[in-house]
Amino acid sequence: MTTQPISRTPDLRDRTVTAVVDERLGRALANAADTFEERRGVARAAFADADAVRTLARSIRADVMSRLPQLLEQLADNVLAAGAYVCWAPDAQAARDYVRDVARRRGAKHIVKGKSMLSEEIDLNPALESDGIEVTETDLGEWIIQVANETPSHIIVPAIHRDRGQIRDALRRVADGELSDVPEELAAFARTKLRAKFLEADIGITGVNFGVASTGTCVLVTNEGNGRLSSSVPPVHIALMGAERVVADWDQLDVMLSLLPRSATGQAVTTYVSAMTGPRRGDERDGPDEFHLVIVDNGRSDIAASEFAEMLSCIRCGACLNVCPVYRQIGGHAYGWVYSGPMGAVLTPLLAHDEYSTATQLADASSLCGACWEACPVGIPLQDMLLAQRRRNSAHVRPSEKTAWQAWAATWSRTGTYWASLRAGTVAQRLLGPRLARLPGARNWAAGRALPKAAEVSFRDAWRRGER
Amino acid sequence: MTKKVALFPTCIVDAVAPEVGFAAARVLARRGCDVEVAERTTCCGQPAWNAGHAEPAAVVARTTLAGIEAALAEGAEAVVVPAGSCTTMIRVFWPELFSVVGQHDAARRAEAVAPKVFELSEFLSGSTDAGGARTFSERVRYHPSCHMLRELGLRDEPCDALAACGYTVDRGPERCCGFGGLFSVKLPETSIAMADEVLDAALDAGATDVVAADGSCLMQLASRAEARELPLSFRHLAVAIDDAEQ
Repeated sequence: MTTQPISRTPDLRDRTVTAVVDERLGRALANAADTFEERRGVARAAFADADAVRTLARSIRADVMSRLPQLLEQLADNVLAAGAYVCWAPDAQAARDYVRDVARRRGAKHIVKGKSMLSEEIDLNPALESDGIEVTETDLGEWIIQVANETPSHIIVPAIHRDRGQIRDALRRVADGELSDVPEELAAFARTKLRAKFLEADIGITGVNFGVASTGTCVLVTNEGNGRLSSSVPPVHIALMGAERVVADWDQLDVMLSLLPRSATGQAVTTYVSAMTGPRRGDERDGPDEFHLVIVDNGRSDIAASEFAEMLSCIRCGACLNVCPVYRQIGGHAYGWVYSGPMGAVLTPLLAHDEYSTATQLADASSLCGACWEACPVGIPLQDMLLAQRRRNSAHVRPSEKTAWQAWAATWSRTGTYWASLRAGTVAQRLLGPRLARLPGARNWAAGRALPKAAEVSFRDAWRRGER
Repeated sequence: MTKKVALFPTCIVDAVAPEVGFAAARVLARRGCDVEVAERTTCCGQPAWNAGHAEPAAVVARTTLAGIEAALAEGAEAVVVPAGSCTTMIRVFWPELFSVVGQHDAARRAEAVAPKVFELSEFLSGSTDAGGARTFSERVRYHPSCHMLRELGLRDEPCDALAACGYTVDRGPERCCGFGGLFSVKLPETSIAMADEVLDAALDAGATDVVAADGSCLMQLASRAEARELPLSFRHLAVAIDDAEQ
């Protein structure tokens, strides 16, 4: 099953150019990233030894990955024992079909959703809408972009690309009168609109931040209360979980829960932490009558068996997006798929399955600076993975590029020809001067940058002549 | 006590910044080092490696590996590199590079030379200073380079080396200049926007003189600043130290 691109512009560079020239986007991204980074720094400083926590978290994720099938079985058994349903969805199609079947059986007309990147990954909303169901996103950011007919540009802050004026402009589409751009007033407007949706919903759909295998508990962290409303007000709750989002027990959960909000929004704990084990029991007043856990593979087993297995340790905190100097300039939409930033650049080609799809270009959207790895709470070497993907892509480059590298290697692997190439550079500059900038290769550098000047005499030659 | 040191100048110094090689040699000589250039070296192979082309990278890296081994065999106690990213390539990525292309013998040899290869300011931090009275005082802005910072963990060494010869060091943000090898020409608009953010932050901080330990970052920043006609000058760490000590 292929994860469809959300952008119709197939070339990565074209998409980045559109974003780079958008000054309003640049300001919104820089403001948001700086705020999150500052808060993450403060939250991290609260740990006596932040590096030790990171090492512990990385080892927990490695432990989970080493026995993932068993832990998933245990989780599923415990979820079933709690009176819920479990669906194993090997791909996006199977996951969509299961949710549609539940909706059909329940005669659902209205569905509310908590924020779930997995539901974006499997293109769930269009499938439900094609069945005539009204789907309402209830996370404020998700609702804004749903109303604006956009896709998320950040995995935890979906509307990060919009400033308050642009948010007001989007929400006008569903407002009867005028709206101000005061955040509190916009939030109050959203609250009124969404409250009605919760009350009329036939089904609530959420993601799962962590599934606890030992007790069959699905854990959700949210700040707006919409996750709790989506999961407890409608008579049916469907929780979508990526097959890697499991922890063995509550001790492991404790560590991950202390890291996720600190890395994401810089909070020590989110406003709401919901732990749900099966549907409402007979004597309980709140909760759904029916609870479904959909465990989605959609390529994850293949990743587990590949050199990119550690990518499954990702807890979707978004820290790598916030520190990435490339994301900071281009935002999430330029990546062209659901996941963006460094984690998206690594994950998308792995999920998109078609090795030759344009998703492989995403490995180029990095200067390999390593800020992502430094920020990652579970220490995923994202820059090494991007480099590994470039190596994989190198088998498919144009023959001319391959020939150029071979020629370079032949020239620079012998000192004599290396020295000669340095002299040739000097001569070329002397002969061509500014026209050098028009050569292919130099052209992309020279638009906006001066060309470096070749040395009159290379360092090697000068040193050999006795200059000191 | 004289210490015999081999300088691996790097291709950028060879081709576009010879003054960095001479400055590094003088700085080392002032600290009692007997400096020779590692004559049989060419390039560390990083341009191809970062572009995903491991085979050609290994072909070039093998030459420089042999050149470094030759310098060590001729009595050099250390190999000094005036570039954080080339030092990273040798110490961190060579073993991986040679393993990836199946040259396990070269990978072992790379691991063997790694402990003897030092970035310039890293090497200086372990040596006595040049001595002499400190009358020099000038404010510089240090731009940290990514590989040196995150892969080698050299955060304070370059700033300490600058401070030791009298500079007042204003540390720039730990944010990439946007060079990234082929990244700079594959996504040039993004690369330039990244450089602009670093340059604008320097201007906002009132900097006039930017120092970095990597010729590639300096090339990116200086080329963009020149195109924008910004009132900023750029120097390599080796040149800045040499200037202070002359």
